[in-house]
Amino acid sequence: MFQILHGVNIDWLGNRLWFIGISVLLMLAGLGSAIIKQATGGQAFNLGVDFKGGTVVTARFKQRPNDDAIRVALVDKGIRDAVVQPVTDRPDTVLIKVPLEGEGQDGRSRVREALSQFGKEAPPTQELEADQNSAYKIVGTDAVGAIAGAQLRNKAIAVTLAALVGILIYIGARFEWTYGAAAVIAVFHDVLVTLGFFSIFHIEVSLNVIAALLTLVGFSVNDTIVVFDRIRENRKLHRRDSLYKITNDAINQTLSRTVITSGLVFLSVFAMVLFGGEVLRGFSLALLIGVIFGTYSSIAIASPIMVWWEQRLEAANRTAALSFNQPIRGGVRAPRVNATGSTKSTKQSYS
Amino acid sequence: MKKKNLLTRIIIIAVVTIVGFYLVIGPRHRPSWRDFTWSGIKQTLASNIHLGLDLQGGSHLVMRVKTEEFLRRLTEEDNVAAQNAARDAGYEIKGGRAETGNGNYRLIVEPADPSKAKEVKEAIEKKVELGDTSVWSYSESSGQLVWSMTPSAQRTLADNATTQALNIIESRINALGIAEPTLQTHGAQSSHQILLQMPGVQDPERVKDILKGESRLELVHVIGPPNPSPATTYPTEADAIASLNSAGTIPPNRKVLPYAERMELSATGSKDPNQQKPKQWVVVETPAIIDGSELRNATAIPTQAGRSDDYEINFSLKKSGADKFGRWTGAHINEYMGVVLNDEVKSIAFIKSQIFDSGQISGRFTKQSSEDLALTLRSGALPAPIEYLEERTVGPSLGQDSIRAGVRASVVGLALVVVFMLFYYRGSGVNAVVALVLNMVLMLAGLIVFGATLTLPGIAGIILTIGMAVDSNVLIFERIREELRSGKTIPSAVDLGFKRAFITIIDTHVTTVISSLFLFVFGTGPIRGFAVTLVIGLLINLFSAVYVSRTIFMWELSRKKKVESLSI
Repeated sequence: MFQILHGVNIDWLGNRLWFIGISVLLMLAGLGSAIIKQATGGQAFNLGVDFKGGTVVTARFKQRPNDDAIRVALVDKGIRDAVVQPVTDRPDTVLIKVPLEGEGQDGRSRVREALSQFGKEAPPTQELEADQNSAYKIVGTDAVGAIAGAQLRNKAIAVTLAALVGILIYIGARFEWTYGAAAVIAVFHDVLVTLGFFSIFHIEVSLNVIAALLTLVGFSVNDTIVVFDRIRENRKLHRRDSLYKITNDAINQTLSRTVITSGLVFLSVFAMVLFGGEVLRGFSLALLIGVIFGTYSSIAIASPIMVWWEQRLEAANRTAALSFNQPIRGGVRAPRVNATGSTKSTKQSYS
Repeated sequence: MKKKNLLTRIIIIAVVTIVGFYLVIGPRHRPSWRDFTWSGIKQTLASNIHLGLDLQGGSHLVMRVKTEEFLRRLTEEDNVAAQNAARDAGYEIKGGRAETGNGNYRLIVEPADPSKAKEVKEAIEKKVELGDTSVWSYSESSGQLVWSMTPSAQRTLADNATTQALNIIESRINALGIAEPTLQTHGAQSSHQILLQMPGVQDPERVKDILKGESRLELVHVIGPPNPSPATTYPTEADAIASLNSAGTIPPNRKVLPYAERMELSATGSKDPNQQKPKQWVVVETPAIIDGSELRNATAIPTQAGRSDDYEINFSLKKSGADKFGRWTGAHINEYMGVVLNDEVKSIAFIKSQIFDSGQISGRFTKQSSEDLALTLRSGALPAPIEYLEERTVGPSLGQDSIRAGVRASVVGLALVVVFMLFYYRGSGVNAVVALVLNMVLMLAGLIVFGATLTLPGIAGIILTIGMAVDSNVLIFERIREELRSGKTIPSAVDLGFKRAFITIIDTHVTTVISSLFLFVFGTGPIRGFAVTLVIGLLINLFSAVYVSRTIFMWELSRKKKVESLSI
């Protein structure tokens, strides 16, 4: 039986300050990048046409002129702030991104006008290769108006938050609300860190990236739940152990599963980054970053927060019970003696 | 008992697998030998799975009906009608206006004699439908009569306008002969958006123009001295307004419209842009004699036989419109009449004799544009202008690229996972791989059964499901290993492994389904496809990774009397 990470016994919670420090640092770096970019006249995020509005024209050439020639042709026709972006896995194809300019401006026909400088466009019914006389063909357009852009932006934010609330409720119902809150904080952290990467490296944020973020929400909570499930199970089996020890054990017991699953998801997402083509690049990049931090956060963020919170609650309940010195009625939870029972564990706990 | 249980399980799995395979690669017609060749299977696969626009190529348009424009026009028309009604009843009107904007639609009439307010109101409401308090709330302030459109009426009218626009767009799409279009309202009802998907359409330019065409046709009385003096036109809008002698304002029964006079084609038929006559302005009477709703038919015909670049549109009127038109033209012989399209005068002609039911719209039309205009006129005028919010067009070659990239990424991802599972879990790895392959097949079958659309993000969902599906098996196997290490016998370790891991698997699946559901609600087209594949994949995973792989373990264990080793 070949086994990686068997019988590990790492004190994860003991390193919590390091973990949280690193995460805070990463989030601050992302936030700093966004603020600095915004303040220096740039944009916090490289928002794609989906959110900013504008037109992306995908043009395929028989002989692709170089990017500068295309840019010059565009400027000739009065399209100034266009971005010409080559497609990595199709050397004959370029993306031409035209920013939004008032209503009624049709980006596609304006780009077509500019490109006609390089020759004739293949007719809609014919493939470029099949037509001898033509030099290029517009094979795709994405045009989004200002209203739709703003709408999609608001919807994206609302839906991500709604998904987090949905997960909070489910975990709250299945476990306890402290577990749910810890998981959601961890996921929120993953989303922020991933967005931070997108800001720092100026990678375009499209609708697909938002889909990736929501997937990441599901994936990261998955990982957290595997650990929490084990904690719940261990709490029943080892009633004498402290929550601190139980959590550490649960993370160690599930560690090989965590590493294998995340590794496999990472591999399949990596295949997507390499072979999935231009359209999916943003999506797969967001997931790739997300998988790494989703795995990390369930160990390094969700568990410590949950333990800290639970211990705070227990301490509060204990003092409440002591000061009244009478049975506690509904509403306030009875102290759990088993969790903070021994002196040894009290020393390890946060309170 | 146990044997029987196992047999039932195997039968269920066999049936599901066969049905799944049939759904995915089975032809929907009587099978021939060709269907079992590689290319035949590929073809059947392609026809069984419904591909999204981003993979098969096509156009996706989101448009908005400018309902605020509809309400504004309605208010302005009622304002004109109200003032005319008051004047007709013999009351003097000091002023009146329509106030629109910021979600308010009000019309205000100011009678010259404030003490007659009540009588004026009654006179107006007798003729103009302003008396319905569910639509207009009435108030009086400092001698002004004010009707404000209620918010609920605004909503209802705007919704009706959207429905009407949807119907008109549908008839235009049908008239254009576009194959398998999808037309539906989009987003929240209050956003008044319409989604149109047209598979296979690579260049939506023409369709967009046709759908956008408001085609508001009006026949109007052009103000000016009758024939033989020429039609009265003005070089600027200000001149036209000045001719009305009402201190720079336009009286409610007049309108000033631009008039682009028809440019004669040169003998060679070529159009010289320098020859184009400058825009002029004319004063017309409002309301119009008749409008487009009285139209019975419209067809494009060449102006002169044999000319292919100069077309006009012949139209005929319905009975009611023809009666009205005949009466009016009979009373206005030798006066000028204009054909107005979308608030632009297209042509002016004097009335030679009484006209009943037909007319022409002429004015620099090519064959294509005249046919398009005739089409939109036949389908009726849009109640309000529309604007395009989103256009996404994918050519078939780009779609092919995406399919190729998606398939390549899936195959590589699947291969990596398979190799690892076989290497790491040995015999049990086979178990997981069987579950994984079955999951892929059933997932495609699920897409077909639910009639879901496979999009590029959908393929990404499949790839991601590979990673997540295998997680269930990893959870189970790791647990079995743990139980084995703690000294359990093999059958009880397998049993416990499945039992304990199952709780976790349910929890992880439910949370992923929750976030996918939000994605489904949020997403349009492609992203919805992603959510759909992910959810279907996860549900099937419960069957393939838990039920099927459990059965395989049971079968392995049942073959031996005493189990001494397990390859895991």
